[in-house]
Amino acid sequence: MKSTAPLPSLETQPATRLSELAVGERGKVTGFDAASYDPGRLLEMGVTQGATIEAVRVAPLGDPIDFKVRGYHLSLRRREATAIYIERL
Amino acid sequence: MSSVQSPQSVRHIAIAGNPNCGKSTLFNALTGLRQKVGNYPGVTVERKVGRFHGSHGEPMALLDLPGSYSLQVRSPDEAVSRDVLLGRQPDTPRPEALIAVVDASNLERNLYLVAQLLDLQLPTILALNMIDVAEQNGIRIDVEGLSRELGIPVIPMIASKGVGLVELKQALSRATLSAPAIRPPMPEAMENEALELARKLNVPEEVAFPEAVLLLTLGNEALATLAENDPGTITETVAAQGRLREQGVEPLSTLIEARYAWIGDLCARVVKRLGGENAALSVSDRLDRYLTHRYWGWAAFIGAMALMFVCIFYVAQGPMDWIDAGIAASQDWVQNTLPEGEVRDLLSDGAIAGVGGVVMFLPQILILFFFLGLLEDSGYMARAAFLMDRVMSSVGLHGKSFIPLLSSVACAIPGIMATRTIENEKDRLATILVAPLMSCSARIPVYSLMIAVLLPASSAWAKAAIAISMYALGTFTAFGMAWLFKKTLLKGETPMLLLELPPYRLPSMRSVITRMLERGGIFVRRAGTVILALSILLWALASYPKPSQADADEGLALANSYAGRLGHLIEPTIAPLGYDWKIGIGLIASFAAREAFVGTMGIVYNVEGEVDEDATPLQETMRKEVHADGTPVYTPLVCIGLMVFYVLAMQCISTVAIVRRETNSWRWPLFQIAYMTALAWAGAFIVYQGGRLLGFQ
Repeated sequence: MKSTAPLPSLETQPATRLSELAVGERGKVTGFDAASYDPGRLLEMGVTQGATIEAVRVAPLGDPIDFKVRGYHLSLRRREATAIYIERL
Repeated sequence: MSSVQSPQSVRHIAIAGNPNCGKSTLFNALTGLRQKVGNYPGVTVERKVGRFHGSHGEPMALLDLPGSYSLQVRSPDEAVSRDVLLGRQPDTPRPEALIAVVDASNLERNLYLVAQLLDLQLPTILALNMIDVAEQNGIRIDVEGLSRELGIPVIPMIASKGVGLVELKQALSRATLSAPAIRPPMPEAMENEALELARKLNVPEEVAFPEAVLLLTLGNEALATLAENDPGTITETVAAQGRLREQGVEPLSTLIEARYAWIGDLCARVVKRLGGENAALSVSDRLDRYLTHRYWGWAAFIGAMALMFVCIFYVAQGPMDWIDAGIAASQDWVQNTLPEGEVRDLLSDGAIAGVGGVVMFLPQILILFFFLGLLEDSGYMARAAFLMDRVMSSVGLHGKSFIPLLSSVACAIPGIMATRTIENEKDRLATILVAPLMSCSARIPVYSLMIAVLLPASSAWAKAAIAISMYALGTFTAFGMAWLFKKTLLKGETPMLLLELPPYRLPSMRSVITRMLERGGIFVRRAGTVILALSILLWALASYPKPSQADADEGLALANSYAGRLGHLIEPTIAPLGYDWKIGIGLIASFAAREAFVGTMGIVYNVEGEVDEDATPLQETMRKEVHADGTPVYTPLVCIGLMVFYVLAMQCISTVAIVRRETNSWRWPLFQIAYMTALAWAGAFIVYQGGRLLGFQ
């Protein structure tokens, strides 16, 4: 089974980060910036490679962001969302 | 593992599940008030066991495991769940059977934990809870199909309404309940390594495989910690991990993805979403449009919090007055009925007063717990954390710390008990340590008295302004200290937010009330004993040595008692704050409870009649009070300094008792008393001396 690529290949285009998704946009998870933190817990919460993730709303103070993934709502802080790479759908 | 049981023996069942899946509601529905709550030894995790009867009347003990997202541990709660399930927890037997609770409207993620539970090969039943919410959102689950895919019985349930309880008990009682027929698939290479590792582990056979799997998926940090205790096992584990990586299999992520792939496949087969993937907005989504909205969200939030406070301050007043009257009546009865002497006084002024001190808290505490229960079960609590996280994380705390801190403005006791929902231990501790700084309602009598002494004739606005400044001081200090603690004492990585916004649901009144009574009971039992003991002690200090007739006539009884001598003793330490030994007595009495200051000062100044903070005789007396040299005692600086002292000081044995209970050690409550006393002294010092330097009085 293929392992999770920790970083996307930089030769293609600069990877989109989850924090860049606008409200209502959806993306597919492509990788994690493992240098920031341990992605294990995110994986267990269902944010796995290839999972669809949608930005639903932003908190009134600008942070955190509420995402929908695997049918449930998960809120992440902006700086945490920055460490997740996605491909816009 | 068959489950033949003798008619008399109690079966030990455990109930596990994600947070927010209705596990507690189900637990309460099954066990009612037949619960016993304690702590697991050495940790701050709560241990909850209840009793119920199966469908043949056989006795069952139900252990409520803390809500977990995974057995791969990231918090003390999850560590306990894992340890109990693997039979590692010394005082808790490995359960004979398991009820896995899942939220039907959120099946995929909930099944992740279930996949890990299936690996344990314990007889398991799936409680498919909240199917009403799922149906409302257009989700239809093929229950038999799901049962086939998972290899275990599946019972659809609505725990909050009691639907499915009978079927659940029947399934538990069935003699055919056995280990799961299926084990979730795993990459072959991993399975082989796990089986190998399992053989080498020094654990009972039935848990060897799951233990091995958990070991293989540990990160380097965790492995390093474990290596201290068990180097041999860790060496094997690291070697196995190395072999897997050589084959291109990254143990942790591969396993998680394999499990989710399996879950995704089976859900595709048994779960139907009416209206397709992008079904119409659920009721929750529509509610959230407003409740997390930039303007409406705040309005709703402030409204909800205001409602909570109004209820606490007004609704609680009635019962508190009754309790007051009841205490006074009992004291009178004892005075009139028993023969004069030590025992009579001990009983009426020591014991009954002490018990009264405990029971007085109950109306506020119960009301707060009721509200907190409603907020949590309805799902709104998570929204509050979502709204406030930005503010909280600026001092290093989690959004979930907000409601406990806010509750502490009414009373720190429920606030501190509410920190249970904060998963990260350091965040939780920081919140507990600063909660008492959020000016609780017990300080109000002290503020009122001091403001009245300070500004007898001023308008209500001026008085309100001072009171509000005190609240602001408390709040800012709380946040400041939280920031300081997170930077120094409780330093650690800031954990990820990982906040789930569960679907809104109508709370089960029965569950909310059960929990309210349970928490109230914990308070009475834990804090009650400590408070009673200390109240009697304080009464003794104030009553002994027995005054001579001359002393009693001159109102010197209190002055010459042990309490009075203590007041003299500490006078040097409080003189820099502008206080004399009489105020010292007030401070000592306040150690038990802040509001005792008012009554105590009434006794110290020998004020006749009923004394409370509105009593003008007391205010007058205090204003006229002078030192030996003729200067007034209650100068403006002293009044303000005293208020500041009360804002910052830890003066509530009930709180100390609860902190002891929640942190399961004396270290933190004692530290709390120390740091807050230091803060209070410093604050009062700065106000008094600083003010004098600036030329004020």
